[in-house]
Amino acid sequence: MTAPTTTAPAPDDNDNNADSHGPQPHKGDPFDRDALPTPPGATLTLLRSLLAPMKARVVMTSVLLLLQQAAVQAGPLLVAYAIDSAVPAFRDGRHGPLVAVAVGYLLCAVAAGGLQYAFIRASARVNQDVLLDLRGRIFRHAQALSIDFHERYTSGRLISRSTTDVESLRELLNEGLQELVGVILACAYISAMLLWLDLGLGAAALASFVPLYGLVRSYRRRAASVYAARSTAIAAVIVKFAETMNGIRPVRAFRREAVNDAEFGRLNRHHERTNGDAILEMARYVVCSRVVANVTVAAIVLWGAYRVASQSLALGVLAAAVLYLRRLYDPIDRLGMFLNSYQSAAASLEKIAGLLAQTPSVPEPAEPRELPPPASELPGREVVFEGVTFAYRTGGEVLPRFDLTLPAGSTVAVVGSTGAGKSTLAKLLARFYDPTAGRVLLDGVDLRDLAVPELRRGVVMVTQESFLFSGTVAENIAIGRPDATREEIERAAKAIGAHDFITALPEGYDTDVRKRGGRISAGQRQLVAFARALLADPAVLILDEATSSLDIPGERSVQRAMSTVLRGRTAVVIAHRLSTVEIADRVLVMEQGRVVEDGTPAELITGTGRFADLHQAWRDSLA
Amino acid sequence: MPTTRATAEEADQETEIKDRSAVRTLLRLWPYVRPVRARLFTAAFVAIIASCVGLVIPLVLKWMVDGPVADRDLAGVWLGALYLLLLGLTEALLFGLRRWLIARPLAGVEASMRADLYRHLQRLPVAFHDRWASGQLLSRGTTDLMLLRMFLAFPLTFLLVNAVTILVGVIIMLGQDWTLGLIILGPAVPVVVTCVVFEKKYAAVARLAQDQVGDLTTVVEESVLGIRIIKGFGRHRSQARAFRELSRTLRGTELRKARLLSTIWGVIVTLPELAIGAALIVGVVQVADGELSAGTLVAFLSTALALRWPVDSIGFLLAMSQEAATATERYFEVMDAKPETAPAAGSRAAGAAPVPQRAAPPSEQRPHAAAGSSTEQLGGLQFLGVRFRYPDAPADTTPILDHIDLHIRPGESMALVGATGSGKTTLTALVPRLHELTSGRITLDGEDITEMSREELRAKVSVAFEEPTLFSATVGENVLMGARPDADTPDLDRALAIAQADFAHALPQGTATQVGEQGLSLSGGQRQRLALARAVVGRPRFLVLDDPLSALDVHTEAAVEAALRRVLAETTALIVAHRPSTVLLADRVALLSGGRIAAVGTHHELLRTNAEYAHLMSGTEESEPTKESEQAEEVAR
Repeated sequence: MTAPTTTAPAPDDNDNNADSHGPQPHKGDPFDRDALPTPPGATLTLLRSLLAPMKARVVMTSVLLLLQQAAVQAGPLLVAYAIDSAVPAFRDGRHGPLVAVAVGYLLCAVAAGGLQYAFIRASARVNQDVLLDLRGRIFRHAQALSIDFHERYTSGRLISRSTTDVESLRELLNEGLQELVGVILACAYISAMLLWLDLGLGAAALASFVPLYGLVRSYRRRAASVYAARSTAIAAVIVKFAETMNGIRPVRAFRREAVNDAEFGRLNRHHERTNGDAILEMARYVVCSRVVANVTVAAIVLWGAYRVASQSLALGVLAAAVLYLRRLYDPIDRLGMFLNSYQSAAASLEKIAGLLAQTPSVPEPAEPRELPPPASELPGREVVFEGVTFAYRTGGEVLPRFDLTLPAGSTVAVVGSTGAGKSTLAKLLARFYDPTAGRVLLDGVDLRDLAVPELRRGVVMVTQESFLFSGTVAENIAIGRPDATREEIERAAKAIGAHDFITALPEGYDTDVRKRGGRISAGQRQLVAFARALLADPAVLILDEATSSLDIPGERSVQRAMSTVLRGRTAVVIAHRLSTVEIADRVLVMEQGRVVEDGTPAELITGTGRFADLHQAWRDSLA
Repeated sequence: MPTTRATAEEADQETEIKDRSAVRTLLRLWPYVRPVRARLFTAAFVAIIASCVGLVIPLVLKWMVDGPVADRDLAGVWLGALYLLLLGLTEALLFGLRRWLIARPLAGVEASMRADLYRHLQRLPVAFHDRWASGQLLSRGTTDLMLLRMFLAFPLTFLLVNAVTILVGVIIMLGQDWTLGLIILGPAVPVVVTCVVFEKKYAAVARLAQDQVGDLTTVVEESVLGIRIIKGFGRHRSQARAFRELSRTLRGTELRKARLLSTIWGVIVTLPELAIGAALIVGVVQVADGELSAGTLVAFLSTALALRWPVDSIGFLLAMSQEAATATERYFEVMDAKPETAPAAGSRAAGAAPVPQRAAPPSEQRPHAAAGSSTEQLGGLQFLGVRFRYPDAPADTTPILDHIDLHIRPGESMALVGATGSGKTTLTALVPRLHELTSGRITLDGEDITEMSREELRAKVSVAFEEPTLFSATVGENVLMGARPDADTPDLDRALAIAQADFAHALPQGTATQVGEQGLSLSGGQRQRLALARAVVGRPRFLVLDDPLSALDVHTEAAVEAALRRVLAETTALIVAHRPSTVLLADRVALLSGGRIAAVGTHHELLRTNAEYAHLMSGTEESEPTKESEQAEEVAR
């Protein structure tokens, strides 16, 4: 089955619905089909740009290969010379030619081995540098892409791009180039010899290149779609695999094993099929090219023999031509190997190029601006939402025109029901997204004009998701400020009340979060996230439901810490727990993307609006 | 920035370093290769025939040149050309046949190994997954398996084919002239020695490289899963630096591999070539002395030259085999980990096995039994002398949970309250047997959970986790995962209504809307409500909710609570709670402290009588100032 692989759906798409995977309603979505649009020629441009910086080394490596091949090919010549000249000379008592053969052979042997040695090293360097470059490009680009991209692309696909797809380029570089150079070399050398021996026979042999060329073309065309299908199939396998392993607890608890086995089995079988298709495509090519080659040999031998019989060709010439002819077609198989690696790498590179062609929807500024020096010695800065509207790509305007000014140093609590737009507000302020219209200003500077380091000195957000990276607890906190000393890390942890649990871990701050006994509860993760934010020391701190998993004493101690930490900073606190609101000097109540109430907590509580309701409900919930 | 090198090290520690011989490791592949052995052997046989045919073609050419052509025998020429054509076609077809024979079977071997890996991983204890970064697992399931398939396709066949070719060639050469034959055989010993030394070194480096690929995979994965943190702190550059470090390390390892490879290849190319050279010189002298015919020397040398590819290729064939061996090693490292249950079938009989201490609990543990549960075999959910320590923790550490005795009566809901990190989540994970008890037992309606199959147990107990994970499926499918297979739309709607997750109907495709990996496109509160709907959709007899309302706003929370109360009336439930509002859902509350159940009672009772509980519920008790001053002191220091 061939899945649609280019930007246009293949016509046989509908025939294969039983095999196709992925959500039906999104059939046309390039994300779901794992086929991001690749600009024409982007694949080759990518390959070229990867190889360009090492042009000199590629040439050098090819020269090494050339010399190595020459050394290897010299062997038979020396054998011929030894038998034709050295033997008679030796009989005549002249040892010179034999010594020459001995020395020559020794040199050739050492040169062949030594050049092979040098070639492997040199080509490994080139290859590894290309791969390093490519891996780095993929990673950096993916990191630069915005959150909404990652929400759709999934980590599994990105892994697939940077592992299996890079791997196929590696194969191309490791074996393919060597094959290609070898093939070109051998073809050129042997064709020249044939033409030199006899123009007619040579031309006849060269004529067989026409069907071979057609064959290569048809193979390329057919293989391109097969390999692209395979690359898509393995990515789907990886996505499923990664998702299962990351959600192993619910998988277990909801007895998904069998269903998952079936689903994974389906994706896996699909990959198996495309994998088999790819191998068979290669088999087909090998058979066809061999048939063409062997038929040509038979035909030329027949013709040559006739000419010898009619005395228009010397016997020796035919013998030599036939021997060379055999060797002319050996490289054709190797060309197949090269095409094989090339097709597989091209399919992978196309996907990589598609990823690299994605432009960040939250791009870094071309000409970044600096934030003005703080107005006072307090760290806080003024935040202004100026005519901001925002709509998610999936449709539905979330923030209809929105204006808001948060004075420097103020702590603003944002409350409202789920989906009221609180988190969107926070994400716009953190510049996870850019507004559809309008501007978000930090001390009068548009967030879009700030370079990332400057932006993150300005605004930091703590979310309720508290992902921990592999590594130690200390390293996880230090994400807030990588150059922080251990003392500063511990101070931040202490301030937030995380120090006690961290020191109770087997190796304290140096406990690897994945190592034995390093299990950290959701509440503790949130404390780590807070410590991280504290360490970052931003002008504006956004807390998006950051205390949801904490118990009440934990939340209190965080709040106490916050009331000192936030002093002088601008803070936006989003919380369902109205306890958090107590540290705020202003409360915004949001409803369907609009601010419906705005005032100090005291004003709003005593009022009759929604906040008073919420507050009452909350007090009741405390019971 | 954190890296994951530790994981690979750990994996290394865990491998029992037994016999690391490549052959023995590769033999473990046999069960997977067995089903396709006929095809594989046939293919190898075909490959041998094909190379033989390839050897015959030059003979036919020689025969033609020496015979019919020289004799101007036109019929002979036609016959010769026909032979050539037939042999050529045969050779081509055999080449294709070999590939055709193994194409599907080998893709099948790769797929079945991958399916087994996945199946196995799904059934390994959760504790295993806690330790293994999924990138490491993933790299085993992808690049390692591809290496294995390539190994089966090429090196395995061609090591055999080449060995046969070399053997036959050497025999022919020895038959032609044994002195020259011995000279040709001369380098065999140093080449074999080099290969053995090389194998050892290369194995270590290849293993290292594969583990580093796994680490790299982990970093890529974490960089996406943690993208909000990375973006939020503007750390994508330092993340990229960390990645670059790791990929540099990998590059270094790959170059070490290349250096080893270049050495072995150098030796393999040079030594036989020198031997051929020596044979040539000796042969020439012998021919000159008339001890040897020129024709024999030519035949001898052409055979020797014909053997060059089989010998040369041994270098990379060995390297590929070695990589395949390490890939096998890495694969079975995971496959050898013990799954949760012994064979899934005989669960009842096998149920006793995983908990050897079950019969042991001495009578001293019994008196702890809480709230008048002196008799055994009560209905509802009962914890009896439960002790738990993570299986990978040293045996002498303090258990996380100890002497847990708790009885939740049928239909009753019990809130579980405790400080952050007190082990509440761990306790809830014990009920569906995500972790195995260290000792003690848990019963459902009097039946020990180890005596029912996990399937049965998990069908009875429904769970909502602290971190609401959604799978790449539609909203409806995600919710109905918690239900029996025959559940339908009304069940779904009911569950969504209880969890106040009616927003699902307003999504672009309603409940048929696809939610991505981890349901990232929904808010935390939305995901939590879907997870809750999933927990209640199957009307389970037992419900375990881990802080199910933490991400909800007050109004939604109140609405969910009202709906949940109805569900809870007919369900035996254990609910981890941080807030009084959640606690109030439950009939009684158990306080978890210091790894034990410190108190059980109603919310108001405990609020009155238990200082710690009051502190947890309001955060304003007297224990507070001391803690605060402690902290202040610490900060001051």
